[in-house]
Amino acid sequence: MSKKIKEVKEKEYHKKLIKRRKPNRSIAGDILLYIFLAFVAFIMAVPIIYAVSNALKPLDELFKFPPRLLPLNPTTDNFSDLFVTMGKSWVSFTRYLFNTVFITFVGTAGHLLVASMGAFVLAKYEFPGAPLFFKIVTVAMMFTGYVTAIPNYLILNKLGWIDTYWAIIIPAIASPMGLFLMKQFMEGLPTSLIEAAKIDGATEWRVFRQIVLPNVKPAWMTLIIFSVQRLWNDPAATFIYSEEKKTLVYAMSQIQGGGIARTGQGAAVMVVMMVVPISIFIFSESQILETMASSGLKD
Amino acid sequence: MKEFFSKYIALRKHNAQVAIKKAKRSKMCYAFLAPFAILFFAFYVLPVITSIYFSFTYYNILESPRFIGLNNYINLILQDDVFLIGVKNTFMIAVITGPLGYIASFLFAWLINELPRWIRSVAVIIFYAPSIAGTCYMIFSMFFRGDAYGIVNNKLMEIGIIDTPIMWLITPKYMLPVCMLVILWMSLGTGFLSFVAGLQGIDRSQYEAGYMDGIKNRWQELWYITLPGMRPMLMFGAVMSITQSFGVCDVTMQLCGYPSTDYAARTIVTHLFDYGYTRFDMGYACAIATILFLMMILCNKAIQSLLRRVGT
Repeated sequence: MSKKIKEVKEKEYHKKLIKRRKPNRSIAGDILLYIFLAFVAFIMAVPIIYAVSNALKPLDELFKFPPRLLPLNPTTDNFSDLFVTMGKSWVSFTRYLFNTVFITFVGTAGHLLVASMGAFVLAKYEFPGAPLFFKIVTVAMMFTGYVTAIPNYLILNKLGWIDTYWAIIIPAIASPMGLFLMKQFMEGLPTSLIEAAKIDGATEWRVFRQIVLPNVKPAWMTLIIFSVQRLWNDPAATFIYSEEKKTLVYAMSQIQGGGIARTGQGAAVMVVMMVVPISIFIFSESQILETMASSGLKD
Repeated sequence: MKEFFSKYIALRKHNAQVAIKKAKRSKMCYAFLAPFAILFFAFYVLPVITSIYFSFTYYNILESPRFIGLNNYINLILQDDVFLIGVKNTFMIAVITGPLGYIASFLFAWLINELPRWIRSVAVIIFYAPSIAGTCYMIFSMFFRGDAYGIVNNKLMEIGIIDTPIMWLITPKYMLPVCMLVILWMSLGTGFLSFVAGLQGIDRSQYEAGYMDGIKNRWQELWYITLPGMRPMLMFGAVMSITQSFGVCDVTMQLCGYPSTDYAARTIVTHLFDYGYTRFDMGYACAIATILFLMMILCNKAIQSLLRRVGT
């Protein structure tokens, strides 16, 4: 008899636990939390909203007193003006665009291939020097590019790559962050998959290309967004002198610096420059989070 | 004793032979790693070494480097007042925005963790967007404009806190706080993403087990279950935020000008640019880079040993 009651009680307890999926939470706390989060999210978004709305304001509203957050009569004049200005520049707009797209595309593709090749062997094979190498890579993540900026310039100068696209592309290919994330993600890949392919007689290159690469697609997206974000926003002014090789960001920042008359176009520039990385992120958010789940630094 | 040494050497020899044999067998691995390794050494490791080497020389690119011993470092610390301002500013920014940004990253990642899936995605995008928005932080120069057209001045005058517009970005007193605000706005970066993902990865059943064991509220849950489970991500986030906060220069350069009034917004990195790209005193610039490098590495090591104790 008593045994039965105990069983029933236990079942009830289980039910309660399953129903309240989140133990230790009060409703009042949840509501307060939501309000707080909405408030902070609003504050975080205000500068971006303001940047977009500035780009949509006609010129007279930009200098209106008192200043307003949102435009009264939104127009796209600033954007069309921007293209007119870019069209009148000494080097054509398409050339700047080509430079940036070329640098971003080649740099990202190279980085993806080279980093995943390195990450593959570091994650799935044991060989002398591998742990040491990976340790050096993690240490390299601890200092910014500014530390190496000047010696990098000297090295690129020695190689004769100053004033070519390679000055920007090649160092970006070996970015330690990409290798780190890729290696951590590949460690989650079942080793049996690789072994099975090997037993079937596949070479390492084939294993890498046909089994490993298709299985780490989320990590691709992550590497792509970090690399694109870095290369797309690189003004590269210190490495490239010739006007016809300069990047879009550089050309845009020239317009931005063009004084009061260019205020509207400057705002449009800001929007153009932020749209690309943000929209890539929006499309690949879930895959990036999947990769970041294995980003931890174990020691 | 002699016997011990000979045995020790024999053991070492044997280990080395095994390693070489293994290395020979894994030629393929080296071939795969080689492209990355070569570029990595050329553009990340070699620069650090050359930087340390040049920091002991006088080098202006035109003449070949001349060895001058520790003079660069002595000048930096004893004679260069502007550098000391830069160090002070960098430390101020790092000490305030670094931990705050780090805690904020974790806090928001934790708070949005329990939202329904699509709201969470929107929240992640809103919080993460500032750090990838390129030059969007320039909009703060419109917020903090020095005349009455700036939104901040306008609002403050409306409420009646001030009666004349404040020159936010030119007055030394206000420059650093404004920059810190902007940096904080941008601080939910890679570390934040790592936290969001890490929190999703924690096993739900652990919370239920904790509930059985008498954990009463969400704060206890955070300290006893969530934080220990997140330690690798916390380490990663710390590396990211330290690296970022010591490398501050874009925001201060773009908002406060370069050089800024009274050097009030000078950081170590802007000082480095000044000597490297403007005055072409490469030896001196390399000394600055070396000091920055050491600061970053030491700080990272210190924080990591601190984080190892979390939740224990």
